[in-house]
Amino acid sequence: MSDGTLYDKVWEKHKVTELPNGQDQLFVGLHLIHEVTSPQAFGMLRERDIEVARPDLTLATVDHIVPTADQSRPYTDDAAENMMSELEANVRDAGIDFLDPTTGDQGIVHVVGPEQGLTQPGKTIVCGDSHTSTHGAFGALAFGIGTSQIRDVLATQTIAMEKQKVRKIQVDGELGDGVEAKDIILEIIRRLGTEGGVGYVYEYAGEAIENLGMEGRMSICNMSIEGGARAGYVNPDETTFEWLEQTDYFQDNPEEFEKLKPYWESIQSDDDAEYDDVVHIDASELEPVVTWGTTPGQGIGINDPIPAPEDLAEDKQDTARRAQKHMRVEPGETMNGYEIDVAFLGSCTNARLPDLRRAARIVEGRQVDEDVRAMVVPGSQRVQRAAEEEGLKDTFEEAGFEWRNAGCSMCLGMNEDQLEGDEACASSSNRNFIGRQGSKDGRTVLMNPRMVAAAAVTGEVTDVRDLKEVNLA
Amino acid sequence: MSDPTEEIPEVDYVEGTGIPIRGNDIDTDQIIPARFMKVVTFDGLGQFSFFDQRFDDEDNEKDHPMNEDRFKEASLMVVNNNFGCGSSREHAPQALMRWGIDAIIGEGFAEIFAGNCLALGIPTVTADHETINALQQWVDDNPDGEIEVDVAAETVRYGSNEISVSVDDAQRQALVEGIWDTTALMKANQNAIQQTADSLPYL
Repeated sequence: MSDGTLYDKVWEKHKVTELPNGQDQLFVGLHLIHEVTSPQAFGMLRERDIEVARPDLTLATVDHIVPTADQSRPYTDDAAENMMSELEANVRDAGIDFLDPTTGDQGIVHVVGPEQGLTQPGKTIVCGDSHTSTHGAFGALAFGIGTSQIRDVLATQTIAMEKQKVRKIQVDGELGDGVEAKDIILEIIRRLGTEGGVGYVYEYAGEAIENLGMEGRMSICNMSIEGGARAGYVNPDETTFEWLEQTDYFQDNPEEFEKLKPYWESIQSDDDAEYDDVVHIDASELEPVVTWGTTPGQGIGINDPIPAPEDLAEDKQDTARRAQKHMRVEPGETMNGYEIDVAFLGSCTNARLPDLRRAARIVEGRQVDEDVRAMVVPGSQRVQRAAEEEGLKDTFEEAGFEWRNAGCSMCLGMNEDQLEGDEACASSSNRNFIGRQGSKDGRTVLMNPRMVAAAAVTGEVTDVRDLKEVNLA
Repeated sequence: MSDPTEEIPEVDYVEGTGIPIRGNDIDTDQIIPARFMKVVTFDGLGQFSFFDQRFDDEDNEKDHPMNEDRFKEASLMVVNNNFGCGSSREHAPQALMRWGIDAIIGEGFAEIFAGNCLALGIPTVTADHETINALQQWVDDNPDGEIEVDVAAETVRYGSNEISVSVDDAQRQALVEGIWDTTALMKANQNAIQQTADSLPYL
C-alpha cells in the first residue's frame, strides 16, 4: 500500500468514516455539475424528498449541449433547450451558483473550475464527468462519478469510495521542440494501456512535469481516465501557487491565499513516500504522438510505423484490426500524410489560452487547406475573451478557421458541431472512439494543438516541426 | 427525509440466460451514443443500447447479438476486457439495465462503469480470458441455457460447469447485504460529516 503520498494525505483528511460495505465515506470539497449528468440526480432527490446539502460547495456550468455558434435562447435544438431549462430550474431551486453564458464565466467544467480559483491543492473534487481528473493538476483529488453518485453528493456532500493504489509516473528529461504535454500523456497511455490504470491513481512527477505550466499539467491529468486511472495528480509547487495567486478569487482574498499555502505544502507527497508502482518515461525521446486507431492507447510517434496487429499483445490484436479497418490505415505506414477533412481545436484537454497561443503561432501567415473545415472552440468565455484581446481570434480567422463560443463542441458531438459521414478529424480532444465526434463512420486522430494547426493548413496529418520557418515557441 | 433503514434489495444471486458481447475496450460511447443523452431522465434509454452497432443509417438492423431473437430475453451479459471505459455516463448501465440486463460477467471493467453498475445493484463479476471465452461460446450454443451468478459465493454456474469468479470485496458486501444504495447510509452520518468539514482548512 502507498504511504505518505498526496493521495494518502488528502484521502485521510476527507475521510468521514468507513461504511459497513468496507468503502470509505469521503467529504467532497467541491462538486461541479453540468446539464447532462445532473438532471436525473436532482430528480432522484425530489423522489426521496431530500434537499441539496451544501449548495455553497456546488458550482454549475453548461458545456456539453451548448451551441457554439448561435447561443440565443431558446436554443434551436429543443432537446438542448430542455436540458438547459432543467438545469436552470434545478440550480435556482437549490441555490447553486451557475456560470451560465450570460455571466461571461461559462465554459467547459474542467476549464472554469480552475479559472474561478476553486480548484485548489488538497481538495476533493467530483463531477459527473470522467475528465474531472483534470483538476488533479493542482494537487486536488478529483474523480469522475456517475449520476447515482451525484445524487449521493448532492444529498450528503460525501461519496462512497474505495482507496486505490498509487502509481508514480516519473517523466524525466526535457521535451524537444514541438513536443508537449499531450504527447507525454498519449505516450503514457500507449505504453501502459487503456486499462493499465484500473485500480490506480496516477501521480505524475519528474523534471518534465515540473517544467510544465498548469495548462500542460491539466492536459496530462485530464487524460488519466483514458489510461484507466480514475484520478491523476501533480504535486503542487511554486508554479501551482503562482497560478492560483493570480485568480480573481485569491486576488480578492489574499489572506486566504496565505492561510491555505501551508496546507497546500503539507499535502505534497513526502520525499520518502511509498508507491505501489513506479514507471519511468524519458521525455527527451518523445516525438509528437498521434493516434492511428480508435482508442487513445493506439498512439504512435508521428514518424513511426503503425504496428501490425500480430505484433501487439494478444489481447490488443482484435481491437487493433477493427481500428485499422475503421481508420483505413495499414501496418507499416506512418500517420504522416493521412488526409483530414476537419481540424478541431477545442475540448477540456487542449482549449486553454496557452494551447490557442501555440496553435496560433503555427497558423499565422498560413491558410487552412481548401478542403478542410477548421474550427477553434475556446474552453471558456474567459479564454475566449483573453484570446480575442490578444488578437488570436484574428489570426485564426485570417487563416480560415471558424472562431466559436465556448463549450465541449465536437469533442463529443452533443451540439451541432459534428463530423459528417466518414470525415477524418485532426483533433486536440481526448477520445477517438468510433462515433465519438457525432458520426459513427467519422475518423478521429488525436494530437496536440500545434499538430492540429499543422494538419489544418496542410490538409493532412503533418509533423509540425517540418513546416517551413515554423514558430515552435 | 428518507428512512435510512428503507429496504434496498439484496443482490446475492442473479439468474437468467446470457448474451455475449465480444471485444475489449468497449467504451460507453458505443454502449449509448451521446446523442441519446439529450434527455433529463433515464426512461426509455434501453432501446438505444449499442444503437450504432445495431442499426445502420437507415435504421436497418445490423448483425449484433442484441438484435437476435434468441438473445432477446437475456439478462446476463458476457463481455471481455475493459468494458465500459471512457465517459462516466451512467446512461450506459442505465440503458443496459432498461434493456433487461441484471448482471455482467467479464474479463474486466472500467472503474467508473463498475461503480455506476453497483449504484444500480448490477453485479460486475470477473474471470480470466479463457473462462470468459468458454462462457461466451457456451452462451452462443445455448441461448436458452440458464446461468446462475452467486455473488456471495463468487461462482457462476452454467450447464454442468461451475466457475470461480471475482467480485470486488466492497461490491460483494454491498450487494449481498443490500447496502449498495449509499445515500441514506451516508446521510445518517451527519455529525461525522460535519466534523470532517470543520477540520478542513479550506472551508
